[in-house]
Amino acid sequence: MAVDLAVPSKPGATPEVAGRSLRQLAWARFRRDKAAMTSLGVLIFIFLVAIFAPLICSWFGVDPYTFNSSVISDDGGKPIGAWGGISWQHPFGVEWGTGRDIFARLLYGLRISLAISIIATTITVVLGTFFGIVSGFAGGKTDAVLGRFMDLILAFPFLLIVLALSGALTQRITSLGVPEGNASRLVYLILIFSLFGWPYLARIIRGQVLSLREREFVESATAMGASGRRILFKEILPNLWAPILVYASLTLPTYIGAEAALSFLGVGILPPEPSFGAILADSVNYFKLVPSYLFIPGGILAILVVTFNLVGDGVRDALDPRAARS
Amino acid sequence: MTTPLLQVEDLKMHFPVKSRGLFRRVVGQVRAVDGITLHINSGETLGLVGESGCGKSTAGRSIMRLLSPTGGKVILDGVDITNLSRREMVPHRRTAQMIFQDPYSALNPRHTVGSIIGAPFIVQKVKPVGGVRKEVQELMARVGLNPEHYNRYPNEFSGGQRQRIGIARALALKPKLIVCDEPVSALDVSIQAQVINLLQDLQQDFGLAYLFVAHDLSVVRQISHRISVMYLGHIMETASRDVLYSAPQHPYTHALMSAVPVPNPQLAGKRERIMLQGDLPSPINPPKGCVFNTRCFAAQERCRVEVPELIEVTPGHQVACHFPITESLGTTLITGPDPGLTEQPDNAPDSPNAAATNAVFEAGAEPWAQRQS
Repeated sequence: MAVDLAVPSKPGATPEVAGRSLRQLAWARFRRDKAAMTSLGVLIFIFLVAIFAPLICSWFGVDPYTFNSSVISDDGGKPIGAWGGISWQHPFGVEWGTGRDIFARLLYGLRISLAISIIATTITVVLGTFFGIVSGFAGGKTDAVLGRFMDLILAFPFLLIVLALSGALTQRITSLGVPEGNASRLVYLILIFSLFGWPYLARIIRGQVLSLREREFVESATAMGASGRRILFKEILPNLWAPILVYASLTLPTYIGAEAALSFLGVGILPPEPSFGAILADSVNYFKLVPSYLFIPGGILAILVVTFNLVGDGVRDALDPRAARS
Repeated sequence: MTTPLLQVEDLKMHFPVKSRGLFRRVVGQVRAVDGITLHINSGETLGLVGESGCGKSTAGRSIMRLLSPTGGKVILDGVDITNLSRREMVPHRRTAQMIFQDPYSALNPRHTVGSIIGAPFIVQKVKPVGGVRKEVQELMARVGLNPEHYNRYPNEFSGGQRQRIGIARALALKPKLIVCDEPVSALDVSIQAQVINLLQDLQQDFGLAYLFVAHDLSVVRQISHRISVMYLGHIMETASRDVLYSAPQHPYTHALMSAVPVPNPQLAGKRERIMLQGDLPSPINPPKGCVFNTRCFAAQERCRVEVPELIEVTPGHQVACHFPITESLGTTLITGPDPGLTEQPDNAPDSPNAAATNAVFEAGAEPWAQRQS
């Protein structure tokens, strides 16, 4: 019912109201979202595990590099025991042929995969948001030039470029002072993910900005004398958090998967350093004999993807003031 | 004669039409506003009416300098603001504020009501006595909102309440002029009345002047002291409210008046209806001569050649027509006493019997606009 609740206009009769900031409100709403809260718990757990991987490994008495010939058969290196050698010493079993502990390798792999995907996602989001806003807000020639540039990037065959540039660019990165080997490859992966990732977000943001800047609240801000910067940061940006968060929560797991794929193809992290991709690539060879070797890392990857998406959804809903309030 | 608060001279706002494709050449101009002249005295309401697409909203936006006019002059409170840059405009923004049509898009959904109404203070670096929060809550109370709702978001309010938020925001800087761009056309009729009453009360209290853009002739009649009728970017006729509604001279105004619904069916049956033929011509390619000649029932050869000037026919009554119609066509139906029409608005700035009419007004003489308690 559109009924105006009028109050007697008595200036001065303004009781103090306990106000909650948007952040408090959002947190209160987020806490009620059971799926998001559970996912957040799982995510925090995974992050903690990744951060404290060395500690946990030493506590279990395992490490990702040591070859254990005692747990594999002498002929062919088949892990001894059921499910790829799962035992109290090796909770996830051991690697075929080397006897390295899979649990430790996964934990260390998690560190690298998370580091790559988080840094790459951050850069992607910053670039995408920035260029999307510039493109949508400036319009005209700037928009046209940026738009064509984005088209150009999107038109590149990602996988081919990654494979083709890998050698040259990694060397280039090394020559810039980054330690050779995995450090350079890590930087390369982050660079290439960010470079090819931002146009997708920029396009979404551009569209949003185009529709937002025609809204009357932007005109109203102009009418009260607000600067372009204020309009951008106070009026438009707060309305962009939802697409940004959703995009980030979708991108992060994509990058984990992409890193896995690239390691699989041999341009990712080099052995013996473990990464999700390397582990998955290796496990595929033994899938029929030891399914758990594939399913454990695959399952963890799936959990990561799902929890990231759920948390992203939860944050978006919590930040939306149109959501139900109580 | 004192200088008016707002003076608009030959204001033009043309938008380029660009071709599709790579080069986007300019292939034409939309003459949304094509040379309008009007003025508003302080404390007065000028209604600007016309059908959709006649350029009345564009006129309001150009006057607010939300757009950069193509030509002409806008003089606000003695300052020519026509060509001021965005930065130079900032101090003059305090003189004029705006209320928007769509209360759903005029308020940022991510801001609380408090920060929406308080924004003008922050933008203009004004520090009200007692703090922004206190001032905002007083404004909220003044426009009939509960000050306790300071921390709520716009989506928690109804359309009428949102429009009140917009009004409070426009009032914050204590402007002298408020451009109202169809402020009630998105609201229910009952809420319209409340908002109109609020606007009239505020006008009285703060001595505000309104440029009231609308297409609803009953609403305009309720609130305006003077009315300008626009058609295809031109002003056709400007007159005081009573003259315009009882003795219009422009054929277009006659046609408009004949379209106002009459609540009394017996009277409605007697009334002459003028049906305009055809559609509004394209403002990209407006007709030669008088822009109304393609649809005018009184058009003659001269109208197709020569553009009529806006000429003062009697003091305060300007008509842009070669052949103004002075006799009654039976279109306006002003036969009996109509409290909404015969009384001056309660706050007419130079009405000699303002006090007397006020009393009538307060007593609820308005038949359709029941004052909210």
